[in-house]
Amino acid sequence: MRLVRGGRVVADRYLRVLDEAPIPDSVPVIIPAARFLADAAELARREAPTGVLWPNNRRISELVPYLDRLALVALVFPSFKDGRAYSQARQLREQHGFRGELRAAGNILRDQFLFLVRAGFDSFEVVKDADAAVFAEAVRRYSVFYQPAGDRRTPALRARLQHARPGVADAHERV
Amino acid sequence: MYLYDDFDRTLVAERVAEFRDQVRRRLSGELSEDEFKLLRLMNGVYLQLHAYMLRIAIPYGTLSSRQLRTLAHVARRYDRNYGHFTTRQNIQFNWIKLEELPDAMADLARAGLHGMQTSGNCVRNITTDQWAAVAPDEIEDPRIWAEILRQHLTLHPEFSFLPRKFKIAVTAAAHDRAAVRVHDIGLRLHRNGAGEVGFEVVVGGGLGRTPFVGKTIKPFLPKRDLLSYVEAILRVYNQFGRRDNIYKARIKILVHDLGAEAFAKEVEAEWQPIRDGALALDPAVIAEVAARFRYPDYAELDDSPPELAQARATDRRFANWLGNSVANHKVAGYAIVTLSLKPEGGPPGDATAEQMDAIADLADRYSFGEIRVGHEQNLALPHVEQRELPALWRALDRIGVATPNVGLVSDIISCPGLDYCSLANTRSIPVAQELTRRFRDLDLARELGRLHINISGCINACGHHHVGHIGLLGVEKNGEEYFQVTIGGRADENAELGTLIGPAVPYAEVADVVEDIVAAYLELRDRPNEIFLDTVKRVGVEPFKERVYAAR
Amino acid sequence: MTSPLEQKLRITGPVVVTANRLGDGAVVYRTLDGHWTTHLAQAAVVTTTPAASELLAGAVADDLGAVGAYVAPVRLDKDGGVQPGNLREAIRHRGPTIDLPGIPGF
Repeated sequence: MRLVRGGRVVADRYLRVLDEAPIPDSVPVIIPAARFLADAAELARREAPTGVLWPNNRRISELVPYLDRLALVALVFPSFKDGRAYSQARQLREQHGFRGELRAAGNILRDQFLFLVRAGFDSFEVVKDADAAVFAEAVRRYSVFYQPAGDRRTPALRARLQHARPGVADAHERV
Repeated sequence: MYLYDDFDRTLVAERVAEFRDQVRRRLSGELSEDEFKLLRLMNGVYLQLHAYMLRIAIPYGTLSSRQLRTLAHVARRYDRNYGHFTTRQNIQFNWIKLEELPDAMADLARAGLHGMQTSGNCVRNITTDQWAAVAPDEIEDPRIWAEILRQHLTLHPEFSFLPRKFKIAVTAAAHDRAAVRVHDIGLRLHRNGAGEVGFEVVVGGGLGRTPFVGKTIKPFLPKRDLLSYVEAILRVYNQFGRRDNIYKARIKILVHDLGAEAFAKEVEAEWQPIRDGALALDPAVIAEVAARFRYPDYAELDDSPPELAQARATDRRFANWLGNSVANHKVAGYAIVTLSLKPEGGPPGDATAEQMDAIADLADRYSFGEIRVGHEQNLALPHVEQRELPALWRALDRIGVATPNVGLVSDIISCPGLDYCSLANTRSIPVAQELTRRFRDLDLARELGRLHINISGCINACGHHHVGHIGLLGVEKNGEEYFQVTIGGRADENAELGTLIGPAVPYAEVADVVEDIVAAYLELRDRPNEIFLDTVKRVGVEPFKERVYAAR
Repeated sequence: MTSPLEQKLRITGPVVVTANRLGDGAVVYRTLDGHWTTHLAQAAVVTTTPAASELLAGAVADDLGAVGAYVAPVRLDKDGGVQPGNLREAIRHRGPTIDLPGIPGF
């Protein structure tokens, strides 16, 4: 597994803490959701960054009260075909203003990178090394986007109004 | 006719490039089949019994002549010289090679055609009335809204991995020719009491294993709110639709399990934070999309020109066709012409490359270069001058698309069935072919009046059998082909599911059974113009059941 | 017919393993020496569940050659020739039961 952040493979500074293991003090940690919620008050006193691994079948609204003390939220793709975490990501970013690290964990392929970026993820646990290596290229695959999403790219509907009729040269071409 | 601009063309070209890379990675082994399968499905590439199948989207059923010629080219160059038009206004090619798909897709992209999202767990081709913008009973062109939604939902980062497929249909006419009430989302443009135009939003309709007619969760949605509200519906479905069982994964199950009211509440909760955000449609954006729909420069003509009256009086075959296949146009002097792809003995909905080219030429000559694809698997030329109808008819007759059986008993809607499809229990095309032979007598067909037979080779219901006046569903019993028979279904604004008439009948007898049902109808109807559907409603299923099963 | 891809293996007669060739989707059958052939006569025919499982496992692993592998019934005719064992396999072997449009004469 490779962590991709800022468009390239980087070392993961976060420690993934499993359910019963002790939580070290001065190390960034990612904690499973149930444990995080149970110990939330205590964890709030930590000085090192705290992250939570949030399952894709729990509402984000349960996590919202704690967002201000979270440096990282990791959302889960049990299979790349299970797209629930895209909705969770957008809610976190766009409705609740979460500005910490939003990590995609689980099973994702290079074919999802651009969707993930647009949904607001900024770090990616990538299973295949070959996919991690081509991250930068994969997110440049498309230059046109129809819809607004979490990434602030101007969607086509708006861009057309801003430009002077980009299709004008071909207006007579019947397609 | 929607004109692509640089944005649209670029997106499709980038998609082709991405798919070319995905095919390369598959053929080299970098991608396993399990990984590749969903990616190819999102480009409309299925694996069927004999070969790959490519499904191309025809957005809201509108094609230019150039596009139809491109489809003919693909049929010739990459397939076996024909294509099949489907019940969702798409076209399918049945013999495509994976290795050649990137090239075929590049050829299609040059004409603005693609297979994006014609399969997979994403939003599929958004369908509408094939008479959009020309039907007299329409309040405005529904295709503008279908296009706004199409763009919004193409490669949508949040909704590309839904629990299951998602189908949307739009209508703007009093008579719903788009079957919106049996779609995941159905949108009906209408005027409210204050004279404003907005959408009735219907959710959770669908056919298949658990058929449902959809529930209205929003009687009137202003145009401005269309994208944000649809986004909210999809967000609820994406999060809460079932993912444990593919037969329970459609939104209709979620709506049914929660109840329409609770479901509507979830949608409202998702909608409130976003309704005034970036998705609010301002008039400038709507106008921009609408402006790229080109409408014909209609001539000022009179209805019922003398050429027409004369041809009708002197040529009985022309008169029959005129009475059957030509519908009123909202512009005086014009007509909507339906091209029957249901010739006697033919597979329903198929057209050869030669026919496609010929129809493209006729579209250029007689219909401002525009063709429509209907979900009943026929084509239409939407803007024909009435005075040209005799000449057009002769040309259509020559290429075999002028059988005057539109809407009649031999205008059968059928899925491809076990001859092609790996999901099927039974064949369906030979049944359709046999029925067109049994009912070849056009006088009898006219006598029977409007009668829709729908055939599905399996419970996935691609032939829409639940909403057929007579519905045939292929099932397997002890390794043999059987059909369950339903009657009384309808797909329009009064959508209803058909009723089973009795035990499944064997393949060899199903055509006889249909003949018996039709014979019963002729005896039971209380006057010649009481259509089959109304007779069933009036007398119920029992008399038909008796007739069919008496001797069996 | 119920999709064979949803089967549990329970072999009660002669079977082959069949799939579709990756590059062009053509119907193929698994051979004894671990290849794929379009000729049913050259397919490995097995009659026990362990043998079928093994043949299938090898086929599924070879998804660079063909995809969607599953176990399909066959009939042995009196000359020992191998025939498709049900309608679905007959259609896969011989093609659609209808004339295709686009062929002269249709």
